[in-house]
Amino acid sequence: MLIPCPWCGDREDIEFKYGGAAQIAYPTDPEAADDAAWARYVFVRPNPKGKMAERWVHTAGCRRWFSLVRDTVTHEITPGRPGGKA
Amino acid sequence: MAEPHPHPDRLWRNPEPKRSYDVVIVGAGGHGLATGYYLAKNHGVTNVAVLERGWLAGGNVARNTTVIRSNYLWDESAAIYEHSLKLWEGLSEELDYDILFSQRGVLNLVHSLGDVRAGRRRVNANRLSGIDAEWLTAEEVKAFCPIVNTSPDVRYPVMGGTLQRRGGIAKHDYVAWAFARKADEMGVDLIQNCEVTGFDLDGDRVVGVRTNRGPIAAGKVALCAAGHSTVLASMVGLDLPIQSHPLQALVSELLEPVLNCVVMSNAVHVYVSQAHKGELVMGAGIDQYNSYGQRGSPHVIEQQLAAAVELFPIFSRAHVVRTWAGIVDVAPDASPILGLTPVENLFINCGWGTGGFKATPGSGWVYAHTIANGEPHALNAPFALERFSTGALIDEHGAAGVAH
Repeated sequence: MLIPCPWCGDREDIEFKYGGAAQIAYPTDPEAADDAAWARYVFVRPNPKGKMAERWVHTAGCRRWFSLVRDTVTHEITPGRPGGKA
Repeated sequence: MAEPHPHPDRLWRNPEPKRSYDVVIVGAGGHGLATGYYLAKNHGVTNVAVLERGWLAGGNVARNTTVIRSNYLWDESAAIYEHSLKLWEGLSEELDYDILFSQRGVLNLVHSLGDVRAGRRRVNANRLSGIDAEWLTAEEVKAFCPIVNTSPDVRYPVMGGTLQRRGGIAKHDYVAWAFARKADEMGVDLIQNCEVTGFDLDGDRVVGVRTNRGPIAAGKVALCAAGHSTVLASMVGLDLPIQSHPLQALVSELLEPVLNCVVMSNAVHVYVSQAHKGELVMGAGIDQYNSYGQRGSPHVIEQQLAAAVELFPIFSRAHVVRTWAGIVDVAPDASPILGLTPVENLFINCGWGTGGFKATPGSGWVYAHTIANGEPHALNAPFALERFSTGALIDEHGAAGVAH
């Protein structure tokens, strides 16, 4: 699988570490979050069959993080913006 | 080597779905079929359908590396896997089908001082749980499995190993077919090409499933869909702490008997056994990314073959004939989720991740108990979904570094 690093271009996925789902927001009011809300934040992540927004870091290259959208069935990738929001 | 079991023409009926069942199990893999069998056998619940989106036993039970063992570190894991292993020991007789269960021993190699300590600790923990476990020095490893390279001149020399002699392998397809045949004989409907597309709820209670072959009413619904568990659960708004990853495996061409046991190495990361037919069967870790594609990246295969060739120089000229992947459902603590859900009469069995095959009979046995009684058996009570909010995780990943 080729991963399009926004800075280095297409590289094999062995050069990258996977960061899982993108756009995971920290609880807005942590003091108010109960155990169930914390469990959701800590342990539950999107696991869609289809398009998934996710984070990657180019560990063997520029070492920068970025986001992209990848289809979890076909592995087809839509590149994200450089420095895209986590 | 044993002769393959002679097959009758048909092992099960191929019934049309009825409009209603007492229990609908979603997923006719190893665990789903075992659950159907034990519901009928242990609990007399026979008005049961096992629905399968594709063909029977065509998912992970057809794709795993068939390793069976119970040498887990934590009490909760050791108890459920040992229960399963004890069921394996009588399974050919119980199901009247030679599933080629072979207790040839599972050898876990260690390659560092940290590994040595963890390995000895696990041996002691296993013994305290009444599970057979032995510590072997590098010389004893060599004596038990002569083709392992125990030379000190390799990158990660073998420093010893743990051995569970009661561990081994079985013929995965026969296991699934044997459960299917017996469940079918007792009246359980095994319905293939029947995909669940939604659930019917009455308030907070599930009352049926919708399928591509029409709605089916159900007193209870039991999810058993491994890598597709989150897809199903999301249809009732249930968020599971599960991520789906490819787990790759491969086989060599058929070879003369050369490897007498199962060998696993977490440090250089490969596990290998020789199937009854003669092919070397190997696996390693999951691919890092989420996927439902039933395929993985070639470098994962390359790394496990490099590990295999370092451990077994004799394998260097064997050819890889076929590689494939299954989609495994991984929980944050690498332990299964097996029990009730917030939706009344909806049950969940998932999260077996990379190690589900060995659990097949035990998982089916406790899941059937949970479904029949509406509450978990003592063996699966610790594996409830609530553990992620109570914090009572069963952290096999971190504690034992156990590959599956």
